[in-house]
Amino acid sequence: MSGRAASPSLRPRLRSALVLAGLGALVAIVAVASLGLGAVAIAPGRVIGLLLHGRPGPGPEPLLARDAAIVLDIRMPRTLVGLLVGAALLQGLFRNPLADPALVGVSSGSALGAAGVIVLGHAVAGPGPIPFAALPAAAFCGALAATVLLYAIATRRGRTSIATMLLAGIALAALAGAGTGLLAFVSDDRQLRDLTFWTLGSLSGATWAKLAVVAPLLAAILAASPRLARALNALVLGEAEAFHLGVAVERAKRLTILAVALAVGASVAVAGPIGFVGLVVPHLLRLTIGPDHRLLLPAAALAGGALLVAADIAARLVVAPAELPLGIVTSLVGAPYFLWLLLRRGAVLDA
Amino acid sequence: MTRPARRTLLSGLVLGWVALAGPAVAQVPASPDLRIVALGGAVTEIVADLGLADRIVAADTTSVFPADILRTRPNVGYLRQLSAEGILSVRPTLVLAAEGAGPPDVLQLVQGTGVPIVRVPEEPTEAGVVARILAVADAVGASEAGRALAATTEARFAALAAERSRLGGEVRALFVLSLQNGRVMVGGRGTTADGMFRLAGATNAAAAVEGYKPMTDEAVVAARPDAIVMMQAGPSGPPSADLLAGPALSRTPAGRAGRLVVMDGLYLLGFGPRTPDAARDLMTALRKPGP
Repeated sequence: MSGRAASPSLRPRLRSALVLAGLGALVAIVAVASLGLGAVAIAPGRVIGLLLHGRPGPGPEPLLARDAAIVLDIRMPRTLVGLLVGAALLQGLFRNPLADPALVGVSSGSALGAAGVIVLGHAVAGPGPIPFAALPAAAFCGALAATVLLYAIATRRGRTSIATMLLAGIALAALAGAGTGLLAFVSDDRQLRDLTFWTLGSLSGATWAKLAVVAPLLAAILAASPRLARALNALVLGEAEAFHLGVAVERAKRLTILAVALAVGASVAVAGPIGFVGLVVPHLLRLTIGPDHRLLLPAAALAGGALLVAADIAARLVVAPAELPLGIVTSLVGAPYFLWLLLRRGAVLDA
Repeated sequence: MTRPARRTLLSGLVLGWVALAGPAVAQVPASPDLRIVALGGAVTEIVADLGLADRIVAADTTSVFPADILRTRPNVGYLRQLSAEGILSVRPTLVLAAEGAGPPDVLQLVQGTGVPIVRVPEEPTEAGVVARILAVADAVGASEAGRALAATTEARFAALAAERSRLGGEVRALFVLSLQNGRVMVGGRGTTADGMFRLAGATNAAAAVEGYKPMTDEAVVAARPDAIVMMQAGPSGPPSADLLAGPALSRTPAGRAGRLVVMDGLYLLGFGPRTPDAARDLMTALRKPGP
């Protein structure tokens, strides 16, 4: 993977290549299924035709225009957002000492931002529809604000304390949760329902416009994350050990925190908080392919994207033409599977 | 980093929104090809009252009256959690949506495919019901039938108002949305329950709070309701009268007299064409001497 590696034997490198190729194929299969499946039954040939030839001009068949809109304007952005968000969520929940507490504060911060728009939007902006941009923007800002605050609290004289960050993250999450609860209390019936559904997450509102906003951000983070892999590997050993291995510990931590905040903020902004994918996939992969972050990061991104899109397919098919909230599907499938995996191993998990 | 990112986010979304929103033209589709997706209990009722029930190809979960609508047609989900592709899968030529329908992104997507969406206003007053009827009727190209239905509805509201003016004495009613773990969730100002109490000539005992809110036991006692009004809880039958035995409700005049009025949720709070009848039923039930 990296140029400096003359030492690794061929076998692990071959294995890495096979794992990534396999996951890549899985992503491709799921993406194709996601474009082909939905409440509207569209023949596979037609889907392929639409993908190859793009939007048809006004023709004799009115249904073709509808099918084109469904495949190109509804399923396609939805699939792409799902792949990106699924990939990015994992980066956030990665098993390194930093990610978890940050995420605790980060996602509650974004939930507070979103709740603020849902409940207070009309009081601030007056009657009439609230601009669509307001909710994701507020969720994103909430995530960022929570991270900046957490980082400021945990940093003393240029050093970031993980323990402080962990505890502060819990306190911050409680505080943001209280704020969200307060907003839920002053909300009316309708806002309360919006709030409830928002917290379950969904890809159903994904549009090209939303994709255009989050894609550059998420893609940049995904592209940058392999550069953190070596530092994360070293940090697993402990900060002092990492330092002695030549890792710029503070810089690596700062970058990781920033990446987590941006990734989670952007993901939550576009899809709401989606449960459990981020927790299951990295642990699952660590159990099967080992703890090397250089393989784990790209593998988790691929697997996470595939899992999220697969869950989304289920969400829109199970009760079609209605739709289940995505967060329900991911948690319903993810949690028992994870438990089963833990029980089956029978060994203590401390990696 | 923050500011440019945020600006991109804002401008991108606003652009997308403007592009998708377009003019919401309520075309009058040719009647024989009309395929309606009806979203919202009262909207569906009005379409059915206009004699166009057979043009409804799908409805949302709140469209429980007439009962056979959902029994024989696809259900596109809960009013506020719809799916764009789900709606499009029934090939509608018109989507009639109560104002609360959403999420907004989903309706934008549907509109983007060229299916006209007509938003039906919802205001829990007499004028609101009439406005709803006219909006639906215009959208489905049945303006004449709509004016007739609106006129009869107005007449029934007028008759109700006359009856109301002959009422003597105050009845304080408390709408209880739910009773969970003894926590009483009441309907305060600005709710459809509040609007219904006004039509039925009752005083809302929970007028001190706004919206649907949990009320403390003390506040429930202090509100001195003469009667408790609840919605029928699903097919399992009415909530039993021992609900009134709770620590708070048992200490109110309603609890002591055992006055619990249970009505179907959509009938009571839907603010559709059946509302004058529902208000009269409620008025009668509230004024009936206790058991």
